Amino acid sequence: MSLDHSPVHPGPAHHTPARPEDLVEHDRVQTPLYEDAALFEQEMEKIFAHTWVFVAHGSEVPEKGSFVLSWVGQQPVIVVRDRKGDINVLVNRCRHRAATVCEVKKGKTSSFQCPYHGWGYGLDGSLRGVPYPEQYGKDFDKSTLGMKALRVDSYQNMIFATLDDGIEPLAEFLGPAKKWIDLFMKQGGGYPVKVLGEHQFTVPMNWKIQLENTTDAYHFPVVHKSFIQSLDKEAEATFNFFDKAGFVEDLGNGHSVAVMIPELVDLDENLDDPIPERFEELAQALRDEGFDEPRVRKIVRATGGAGFNLNLFPNVSLSLAFFRVLRPVGVKETAIRHVCLGMDGGPAAANRMRIRLQEHFQGPMGFGTPDDAEVWERVQRGTLGGKELPILVNRGLVDEVPGVDGPRGHLSAETGMRASYQMWKRMMAQ
Amino acid sequence: MSGITTVDKDIDLQELAAFVWREADILDRCDYDAWLALWTEDGHYIVPIGKGENYEDQVNVCYDDAKMRRMRVERFQQGFSISSAPPADTVRTVSRFVLQGATGDEIVLGCAEHVVENKFGRQRIYAANLTYTLVRTDDGLRIRNKVARLLNSDGELTAFSYLF
Ligand code: FES
Ligand SMILES: [Fe+2]
Repeated sequence: MSLDHSPVHPGPAHHTPARPEDLVEHDRVQTPLYEDAALFEQEMEKIFAHTWVFVAHGSEVPEKGSFVLSWVGQQPVIVVRDRKGDINVLVNRCRHRAATVCEVKKGKTSSFQCPYHGWGYGLDGSLRGVPYPEQYGKDFDKSTLGMKALRVDSYQNMIFATLDDGIEPLAEFLGPAKKWIDLFMKQGGGYPVKVLGEHQFTVPMNWKIQLENTTDAYHFPVVHKSFIQSLDKEAEATFNFFDKAGFVEDLGNGHSVAVMIPELVDLDENLDDPIPERFEELAQALRDEGFDEPRVRKIVRATGGAGFNLNLFPNVSLSLAFFRVLRPVGVKETAIRHVCLGMDGGPAAANRMRIRLQEHFQGPMGFGTPDDAEVWERVQRGTLGGKELPILVNRGLVDEVPGVDGPRGHLSAETGMRASYQMWKRMMAQ
Repeated sequence: MSGITTVDKDIDLQELAAFVWREADILDRCDYDAWLALWTEDGHYIVPIGKGENYEDQVNVCYDDAKMRRMRVERFQQGFSISSAPPADTVRTVSRFVLQGATGDEIVLGCAEHVVENKFGRQRIYAANLTYTLVRTDDGLRIRNKVARLLNSDGELTAFSYLF
C-alpha cells in the first residue's frame, strides 16, 4: 500500500451545508457534489444504505462454504455460500465487541470464529456458540446475536445486497438494464461466466467522477489515444466509435448503456463475419483442440467481450469483458475493482487471451487505467478552482431523442451522466 | 571476508548487483531504449498479483513479452499518454541481493526494491521483491525474466507511470 505524504489540499469548509436539490439541474451539476464531506455522509445514508449494491459474482463463491470479502458502501461484508447453497451477505463485525470476524480475502470455511473472544458463527451468520456462556445468565438469547445479515438478491449470477428491507426487488430496480445484462453474459461463449481475477486500485477522487465515466464515450479517443495506438489497424477501427451507429441511452433508475461497437452487441449474431486478425491465432488453437467451426466462431467472438458499456447505479458497470466496481472510501477517495471475466470450463487459450486483453487495458499498469485515473484525479483537483462554476452535463441535449427505454443521445452525449444525477437527486431528496 | 562476495567460482554477486543498479538508474532516468537493450528476446517482465506463480493463466498487473515491452515503452515515449506525459519522478534503491540458483547459462537472483515516486507534489513509496533470471551472453549479462512482486499486490494499488 502507499504512504501518502501530503496533499490534496483540504477544501474550505462549507458553512451552510449544500442542499442536494440545489446541486443538480438537468444540464449541469455543482462543484460541492465532488467535495462536500457532509454531502458524502448523506450519500452513504440516503443512497448506499437504500439501494441494491453489487457485492460479488456468484463464481467467486462457487461452493458451499466459499466466501469473499466485499463492501456495501463503507461497510465491510462477507459474501458466503452456506450449506444449503444460499448466498448470505454478512456485516463483517462481531456482535460482541465489534472485531472483524474475517480478514482473509477469500477462501472456504465451515464457520467463522471471532479471533477476540471466540464467538463462533455459522455460514448464515447465526451465533452458534460463545466460550464460557455461564456469565451471560439464563436469558442470553443467541438467536438475536447473529452477525447482521443483509437482504440479498441476484441477477445473472451478479450478487447484490441492500441494507433496506423495504426497497423494490432487484429485478424491478434493474428494469430495462436486465436485457443488457443478458446480452453482456453471452460473452461466456456457451459457458457460464466466471471471475478469473481482478485489478484493484484507489484514486483520489469522489466516487461520482467514476460513476459518470463508464458511459462517457466522449473521453475515449482522447484519454485512450495511447491505447488505441497500441492496437493493430483492424482493432483500431473497432475502437473508433464515433463513425458507427452507436448511442447512449438512459435506462431509468440511474442506469445507462453506451453502445460503442454495434456489431458486438449480440455475440450470438453475425457468427459468419470474418475473424479479426488478432483473434486468428486463438481460432487456430481452438481448431487444433478439436472444436468445430461454429464453436470456434462463437468462442472467438465472445472472447473480446461485449460491444457496449452498461452502467448500473450506484456502484457497478459492465464493460467489454470485465466488471468495474466502485467503492466510496471518503469524499475524495474511491477504490476501484476491475474484475476480469472468463469462460467457466471454457478453453484455456480463450481465457488466457481474455486475461492478456484485461492486462493490456486494465489495472495499475494497463494502457488505459492509468490514463483514466490521471484525468479523474485532475477533475478532483480542478474543482478546487472556480467553485461557482457549474460542471456541464449538457452534451448531446441538442439532438437527444426518445429511445426504447428512455432518452437516447449521440454516443458522445452526456445522457448517462444525466441519468445518474437525476437518480442521485431523487434518492437524496428522500 | 573480502569486499567482493564470490558465491560460485563463476558468479560474482558484485557484478550482478552492479548490473541491477545500472538498470535501476536507467529506469529512474526513463531511458527506456537502454532498458529494452538489457533484455533477451524471449522471456517476460511480470508484475504478478498475489502469490500465484502460474503467470500465464492468472491476471497480473502486467505480463509483458518482448512485443508488449516494446509497446509499453512506445506508450511511455510518444507523449500521448496523459499519465506518463509527464510521468511521476522516481528514485529507487535495490538491495538485499541473494543468489537463488544457477543452471547452465541462467542465474536466478533475488533482491529487494524500494521506489519513491513524486507526482502532483505527492510522494508515495512502494516496495517489491524482484526476481531476475539473468543470462550471460557475448554482450554481457542480459535479463530473460524479471518478476516484480509488490507488497500488497493483491490489494489496492495506484496507477503507475513507471516500471518496477
Ligand atoms: S469481539 Fe468477537 S468475541 Fe469478542
Ligand atoms: Fe476511460
